[in-house]
Amino acid sequence: MLVNFKHQQAAHCESGVTRNLLQNIGIEKITEPLAFGIGAGLFFIYVPFLKINNGPAIAFRSFPGLIFKQTCRSLHIPVKRKKFSSRQTAQLFLDEQLAAGHAVGCQVGVYYLPYFPKEYRFHFNAHNLVVFGKEGDNYLVSDPIMDTVTSLSSYQLERVRFAKGALAPRGQLYYAEARQEITDLQMKEAIKAGIKKNVFNMLRIPFPVTGVKGIKFTGRKIKTWRDKLGPHKAGLYLAQLVRMQEEIGTGGGGFRYIYAAFLQEAYAYHPTDELLKVSAEFSKAGDLWRTAAVQAAGIYKQRLGSQEDFNVMGDYLLETAEIERKAFEALAKINWHS
Amino acid sequence: MKKEDVPQDISALGKITTELCYATDKEGKYITEQSRGWDVKITALDVTWENVAARVAEASRKILNREASPLLFFMEKNVMDISILAGYTGFWKWQVKRHLTFAGFNKLSESKLLKYAEIFNVTVDELKNPEVHAC
Repeated sequence: MLVNFKHQQAAHCESGVTRNLLQNIGIEKITEPLAFGIGAGLFFIYVPFLKINNGPAIAFRSFPGLIFKQTCRSLHIPVKRKKFSSRQTAQLFLDEQLAAGHAVGCQVGVYYLPYFPKEYRFHFNAHNLVVFGKEGDNYLVSDPIMDTVTSLSSYQLERVRFAKGALAPRGQLYYAEARQEITDLQMKEAIKAGIKKNVFNMLRIPFPVTGVKGIKFTGRKIKTWRDKLGPHKAGLYLAQLVRMQEEIGTGGGGFRYIYAAFLQEAYAYHPTDELLKVSAEFSKAGDLWRTAAVQAAGIYKQRLGSQEDFNVMGDYLLETAEIERKAFEALAKINWHS
Repeated sequence: MKKEDVPQDISALGKITTELCYATDKEGKYITEQSRGWDVKITALDVTWENVAARVAEASRKILNREASPLLFFMEKNVMDISILAGYTGFWKWQVKRHLTFAGFNKLSESKLLKYAEIFNVTVDELKNPEVHAC
């Protein structure tokens, strides 16, 4: 069983999977940044009290699965999504879909992914890949992080599909059900909806740990980490922040660069100069996130470590939050006349 | 980030595949560029693994002092925490917590030990006698 599938590398796993799945059913217009933006992928959340890998629970992207869902919904593409309690049913269902000619997106955990280098394998369950064929006992896998296709035995695939812990995938798979023509008008509408949704997520959620408010909250918290946790543990916390921000599958700068690229591509559909201006602001925000990462590295390498260094670190986040707040306010005010 | 600023410090992943990044060209237009890794990220990973090693060493110390059961050693070695271990075994978290104590571990039935051994990919014998060293 082999579905005709074109693999393309991507910066972020879920927007990459979304693009690859949609392009494969003939929707050539969708690119990775467009998938990310229409899917309203940009986010920030810091969940206090919750620990992941003994560090703070911080994410720079929306909840796993939402990018694909939101993109398909905005483009009116029917989607099939399923979770399983039984491993046998999960494999059977996958085989059936492959036989029916569907390439299938799967949510997996990375800890048991054999082709990842050992250093990158944590119990992180929000990774996505596409299964597009089966040869004997081996499934053909298109992982958007890798530059070529790989394969997994049925045991290996079952193991990652049923990884346990936070956000356990429970064998979750998804695919677009039908081939469909997407008009430019539909793209325009979808882009508009994606931006509006992202504005809401970053500015309007009435909760102090999400969106722009969440970034400020984290910035203020960081300043207290040195006294509260001690320099060593505070360094580890910062290393975790940097990994969530920069590690494989973010495109760098905590996804801010992908979002800036999205706004540039959106300009092709909505030629209002505001989009380009805001795009430049997100580039700035991405750069500042990276500057903060360098500062954090100084701390966890123990080159820096005074309270002043932590204050500088926290202030970077406060400054970034302000840039992003203004950028999203500007997006909210765009007059979508066309 | 400008195209020429995309870092190229070789990471563990960089040996296998390059990462795709979004960066701007001379006109400020976004293009994709390959990166082999970034020093800041590499050290972030390094300190994280150093911490795992430290936790494993601490677990070994506790086991030798009979403050914890051998499960703690394997849990730390596999970068798990109690909720992940509970997920894989199907036990409740409070049960896992009890099994992590020296006394709780000694009361474990053969079938429960086997369950843990399978998850950590060791034999029951190895599970009971991990190669822990005082350090």
